[in-house]
Amino acid sequence: MTRAAGQGMALALAAAALLFALPLLLPPYQTILLCYGLVFAIAALGFNLLLGYTGLLSFGHSAFFGMGAYAVALMVKYLGTSSMELFIVGGVLSSALVALLFGVVCVRYTRIFFGILTLALSQVLWSLAYKLFWVTGGSDGLRVPTPTLLGGIAGPGANQPAFLAYRYYYYVLLLFLASTALMWLIVRSPFGKALQAIRDNETRAEFVGIQVRRYRLVAFVVSGVFTGLAGTLWVPLNGLTTPDILYWPFSGRIVFFAVLGGFRTFTGPIVGAMVFNYLETYAIANTTYWQLVLGVVLVALVLAMPAGLVGTVGALFRRRPAPTP
Amino acid sequence: METVLPQILNSLFYASVLFLIASGLTLVYGVMRIVNMAHGNIYAFGAYVAAWIVGLVSVQLPSALQFFLLLGGAVAAGALGALLEPTLLRPLYKRAEEYQLLITFGLLLILEDLLRLLWGAHPLTASSLSDALGSVSVAGATYPGYNLFVIAVGAVAAVLLWAFVYRTRFGVVLRATSQDMRMASALGVDVKRVYVQAFAIGCVMAGLGGAIIVPISGAVLGMGVDALILAFVVVVIGGLGSLEGALVGALIVGFVRTLGITYFAEVELAVLYLIAAVVLFVRPAGLFGRA
Repeated sequence: MTRAAGQGMALALAAAALLFALPLLLPPYQTILLCYGLVFAIAALGFNLLLGYTGLLSFGHSAFFGMGAYAVALMVKYLGTSSMELFIVGGVLSSALVALLFGVVCVRYTRIFFGILTLALSQVLWSLAYKLFWVTGGSDGLRVPTPTLLGGIAGPGANQPAFLAYRYYYYVLLLFLASTALMWLIVRSPFGKALQAIRDNETRAEFVGIQVRRYRLVAFVVSGVFTGLAGTLWVPLNGLTTPDILYWPFSGRIVFFAVLGGFRTFTGPIVGAMVFNYLETYAIANTTYWQLVLGVVLVALVLAMPAGLVGTVGALFRRRPAPTP
Repeated sequence: METVLPQILNSLFYASVLFLIASGLTLVYGVMRIVNMAHGNIYAFGAYVAAWIVGLVSVQLPSALQFFLLLGGAVAAGALGALLEPTLLRPLYKRAEEYQLLITFGLLLILEDLLRLLWGAHPLTASSLSDALGSVSVAGATYPGYNLFVIAVGAVAAVLLWAFVYRTRFGVVLRATSQDMRMASALGVDVKRVYVQAFAIGCVMAGLGGAIIVPISGAVLGMGVDALILAFVVVVIGGLGSLEGALVGALIVGFVRTLGITYFAEVELAVLYLIAAVVLFVRPAGLFGRA
């Protein structure tokens, strides 16, 4: 292991230890807020497999997040399910299915057309969730009761906020850590390297024998599944799923996560999602004009800090011990 | 016949407004290769300004003159465009197109709240204008006169835009820049100026679309975001960057919407998005696009 990799590993372990310790120090409200951040971080991880590693900007990831969420709500409504593990199976399978359907169409295109096509397809789901009110509850959405964890061993109990701030937080944290580790392995694998080759030069990648479309499709489905899992984990926190999470500005928010943290780095989208979550929560709490705040932040980022938070800080650290060639 | 004709007119009415929005979007893309996500909010801005002006001065004016007030929305949107292009977009032309998309998304968020800041959360209306035209009898059926006015404005705007792009000297420069920006620049075209003008004209079209819809549906928050998606559907069907495409796309979407409202209201929007997806699948550059 190189020194830099060793430092990175130490930093990751320290961050994980901090995330484990925080609920013991924070009031329940803050822990639940942090839990939202972790959920969004999983969505951002999935999204960035496409943007950061495959070079495809999706403006339709709300579809997978929303599918993961609506899968839970529909399982509650029609099957009476209450087990979180079954919800995860349902959410992952249905978002994988949607991602496969969308992916078959979308991976034929790149750049702007890919963005617009993902956006248009995601809005098919939104309009269905919005209009088929006898199934989806329309704009009122569907309520989702607090689930039981680990096959009923850890039930919700009477005190819902305490459950969300303690048991459910750790449940999400473990899944977040597992997702991060899995994504780390994916981007380091030969498959991940092939995606990066496609991102950097599609023609060359094709010449060395990479089946570009097939790789893009697999990346698309994996990306959708991560974001779908995030949607599934998000519902119990919110207690309700509405078409808003399928509407395209929500996709813009997922893009925002990645850009805020820096989509050229592995940890950028994670940091971006968690920072965005705080930024948005406090902007909404303090001003009616929170969209204005977010918009100004986004414009400033693009103009002045395109590498994002992690990219910029990383560059500062790399500059200090001046590399002597 | 009594029921078919109003439906056809309704379709043309939708198509007219959609064309005004989508032609601006496609013009900006054709010349500058930028997909402006804030375009819908510029349309909303035109609507708000028009409603505001009509509300301010309509009492003192005869109703025939009031219609010219609507142009204020278009002019204001054009001025906003002329302000935004040099400040926000120009620094980004050399960067990856992801950033261009992102900055217009940031602009969308900012404009959405600026409208709320300037005019509050309540909708603005200008229904005095649509009332002024009353109803007319068309082939035995009564039809709102203002809707006919909107159809006429859309048709006139389409002809003027076509003449402007294909029959004037500026249009030649515009098309040359769109074909090959470097070559145009080498031949002495001031590309920076063409970009400002193209962006401003695109915004004028959107602003006009917003202004003429105000007397019917008012100016409400969120109208920009909704309109943008329909405009995307139009330009995807017609072909990004093609004005003919925007016209045909607007007509297709207009007629499908009218049919949808009558026969398949629940899935009307889904059908539109699916048509867009199918067109992209079969003809990636759209019906009239150059690949």
